[in-house]
Amino acid sequence: MYKRVTSPEGQLTILSEIGLEVKAGETVALVGPSGAGKSTLLALLAGLDEPSSGQVWLDGEEISALDEDGRASLRARRVGFVFQSFHLIASLTAEENVMLPLELAGYRDARQAADAVLDQVGLLPRRRHYPRQLSGGEKQRVAIARAFVTEPAVLFADEPTGNLDKRTGETVIELLFSLNARRATTLVMVTHDVALAGRCDRVLHMDGGRLLPDDGTQGLG
Amino acid sequence: MDSGRLALRGLSRDWLSGELGVLSGALLVAVAAMTAIGFFTERVGTAMDREAAGVLAADLVVRSRAPLNDEWLDAARSFGLDSARSLSFPSVVIANDSSTLVEVRAVSANYPLRGQLRVRDDFFSPAAVATSIPASGQGWADARLLAQLGAGAGAKIGVGAAELHLQRLLDHVPDRGWRFVDLAPTLLINIDDVQATQLVQPGSRVSYRFLFAGEPADVQRFATWLGGELRDGQRLVTLDDAQPEIRRALDRARRFLGLAAIVAVLLAGVAIAMSARHYVARHLDLAALMKCLGARQADILRLNLLQLALLAVLAAVAGSLVGYGAQALLVSFVGELVASELPPAGLRPALLGLATAVLMLAGFALPALLQLRRTPPARVLRHDLAPPPLSNFVFYAAAMGALGALLYWLIRDLSLMAWISLGAIITAGLLTLAGWILVAGTGRLRGQVGIAWRYGLANIARRGRDSVVQVTAFGLSLMVLLLLGIVRNDLLEGWQASLPEEAPNHFLINIQPDETGPLREFFANNGLAPPQLVPLVRARLLAINAAPLDDRYAPGSRAERLVNREANLSYSEVLPAANKITAGRFWTRDSPDYLVSVEEDFAESLGISLGDTLSFNIAGEDLDATVTSLRSVDWDSFQPNFFMLLTPSSLAGYPSTFISSLYVDESRRAILLDMIRQFPSITSIDMEAILNQVRGVIDKAVLAVEYVFGFTLLAGLMVLIAAVQTTSDERRYEAAMLRTLGAKKRVVFAGLASEFLALGMLAGLLAAAGATVSGALLATQVFDLPLAINPLVWAGGLVGGMLLVGVSGILAARKSVQESPVLVLRKA
Repeated sequence: MYKRVTSPEGQLTILSEIGLEVKAGETVALVGPSGAGKSTLLALLAGLDEPSSGQVWLDGEEISALDEDGRASLRARRVGFVFQSFHLIASLTAEENVMLPLELAGYRDARQAADAVLDQVGLLPRRRHYPRQLSGGEKQRVAIARAFVTEPAVLFADEPTGNLDKRTGETVIELLFSLNARRATTLVMVTHDVALAGRCDRVLHMDGGRLLPDDGTQGLG
Repeated sequence: MDSGRLALRGLSRDWLSGELGVLSGALLVAVAAMTAIGFFTERVGTAMDREAAGVLAADLVVRSRAPLNDEWLDAARSFGLDSARSLSFPSVVIANDSSTLVEVRAVSANYPLRGQLRVRDDFFSPAAVATSIPASGQGWADARLLAQLGAGAGAKIGVGAAELHLQRLLDHVPDRGWRFVDLAPTLLINIDDVQATQLVQPGSRVSYRFLFAGEPADVQRFATWLGGELRDGQRLVTLDDAQPEIRRALDRARRFLGLAAIVAVLLAGVAIAMSARHYVARHLDLAALMKCLGARQADILRLNLLQLALLAVLAAVAGSLVGYGAQALLVSFVGELVASELPPAGLRPALLGLATAVLMLAGFALPALLQLRRTPPARVLRHDLAPPPLSNFVFYAAAMGALGALLYWLIRDLSLMAWISLGAIITAGLLTLAGWILVAGTGRLRGQVGIAWRYGLANIARRGRDSVVQVTAFGLSLMVLLLLGIVRNDLLEGWQASLPEEAPNHFLINIQPDETGPLREFFANNGLAPPQLVPLVRARLLAINAAPLDDRYAPGSRAERLVNREANLSYSEVLPAANKITAGRFWTRDSPDYLVSVEEDFAESLGISLGDTLSFNIAGEDLDATVTSLRSVDWDSFQPNFFMLLTPSSLAGYPSTFISSLYVDESRRAILLDMIRQFPSITSIDMEAILNQVRGVIDKAVLAVEYVFGFTLLAGLMVLIAAVQTTSDERRYEAAMLRTLGAKKRVVFAGLASEFLALGMLAGLLAAAGATVSGALLATQVFDLPLAINPLVWAGGLVGGMLLVGVSGILAARKSVQESPVLVLRKA
């Protein structure tokens, strides 16, 4: 798979010769220096972007053949996201934020399902709070609840602890991995955190837009 | 997805955070401007419709400048119709030691046949429908007349040779007609008293009317019969004819005020567009997140459309309320020019408000908002990703479409619309060019000023495009207001100042031939120079070179109006002062008879050339005269002047009256009262009073226009605030950087202040220059006045611009320099 973009300096190849298979239920960490192409690869895998050439399959479906709206409905049903900066919607309460992907996918009883997951992340009592009334760790727990609420086949996480202090980060990661284990979700995570990467089944190193051989000897950037 | 809830939530959050403040404010200004005009014209229109039946005081009216055939009244009875008589003429009434010009309306019993005559017993009692007409010896008058005379109800007034008791106050006279300018108050009297006044003499300026009413079919039959009986100068007026003139006046007012409102709408549109782009920039992350969570393009679109619709409804409601309030103020300025009482407005203008809100959002905000649905979802991971830029064509096409639709609603005339658009584009182009030159010039001053000003001026130059937009928007609004000031003060005063010191200030009309000798004597006895008495003969112009004038001129044209009314002819042996021959030669003693000299503008309007033969009807007799010269007339001389002047022998033997103009010093006014007492049939018209009244009308009209342009100023303010809003992040960051580098808060604030004061100065310069140039063009090209530059316009422009732009800009942007640098830099 390749990803090229046109820039004022001409055509740039951001990703090249990417061949990767992640098995169902597997947890994979993507590591590498800044500008290595980790986020671009994550975007392609999640169907947020299209490859310039090559194919992307997700949960048995070729997403590179779908149009943008097709990929959106696939994401609504089978993909969850956790971001470094939480990306909660400020005008919605914690509960409503968690309900949103369910509503987008057309589920009924979104509120019940959302409350159940909020309970699992320990935030049910604070479900009526707005993001600005929550701490960083609480916000990320709401984001995790939102990611799991649709019971996605695959969860993509982009530096999930990047904006949290060490202790809060550890709590959040515990939560993420325990939920993941309980639901047997496939997890693909971009991280700079060595310890966090170490908890994954597989660590993939990237540099200069390529995947490096999977020998575990590359340093983390 | 429950888009409604999400839309509402988003909207309320954006509202609370101030994101929508500017957009909604600009939208509110546009809606308020449009609905204020809408409510005002609707109320006037409704009042007119409501009075339509009573506007003639009858179903059918025949009118003439000469007495009508009394047999027609008997004929009407045989057709099964009721009838009434009325005649009206201008005159001067006297009470105590003051006099004033009135329109005397004498009516017979049965008046009015349709509509209501409403009267009050005194100033404060409620109006009631009158069941009779004034009894003989009584008069009913407008409250204004009593105020002008300083008299109360029950006072005695002199009307010509008669003395009447002012018994009641008129509240509403049905066939007084609708006019925007009503110079003389009405005095209603019994038709039997006319003779006693001795005011109606041969050649007096009197309008005679017969009023008829009955079953529509009878009226129709009678109208057909009467049509065949009419002679020249007699005219049938039906309900259909009665309205067009006032309709046209209202239509013109609506268009004119509407155009003023459109300028506000245009500027509000600029503010909305700027604000919408800022809004979009702020909402890209949300759109990306929604798409990442599975929202389709249609979902994002629906969400945005819903938000816009909600916003449109809210703005329409709030804007219409503001518009209604604004309209009430407008009515208090100019309402009395139109009617004593206006009915309440209906809801239709609020629909216009909704249409304005929807069109403004669709034209100025929607194109930018549509970009949100094209946000790449991968923006959640890479913040530099953004939707493809909006095509300028789409943006301008949408904006033009929205403005065009509103303009069409106001004007309903495509060719006029095209001209206005062309004019607007040229004006906007010139202003923008001037604004650009000013902004570019300011950038060059940077090297010569201190640090705060350097920072401020650098900002103006750096945000060049935004600066030009702001300078132009404010410059335009200020320019119009300054120009209106010039029109109101400088031009009117300039004209008055251009009149000679002792220009005549009184006109005397209706002087009977047998009064000319005694009148000269009266003046001599009182130590005044004898007035120059000019003969006046009433006639109708029927044909040019034997071709009848019926239907020759376009309806509503000046030419049509000129030939439809009675022509005043005069004769003179010599060319009067203030007249100049521009073509042909004026006659001499040896010239043959039946020659006519025509005023050049009049000749041009009617298509009269040298050598043409004009056919007149004078008191039922025909007269032909040959055009041997064209003249220009200095109307400002305040001397009696005429469009058509004939050789003396041509008009000898026809009934004539005399008119005169004279200058009477303020201290000798009392002599005129004596004159009116001694010569009751002579009407004296006080030019100063008329001029004051005209001035009052102009003042009010200008005030109304200025008021509507107040919305333009508000819209200009919105452009400024929108521009500040779009740069607020940048400003905050820069202020934090400057302070981190050691600048004191005071210096940063001074930089900000100098930026907006300089912007205001530029807008003021642009406004003053534009107003001076337009004012000069108006003075020299339209009003024929000497060019005068008023330094106050420049002072007003500069001070107004600096105060408005400076203060509002500083207020809007001050928050950005007040935040803690640590917080700002951490966020960045």
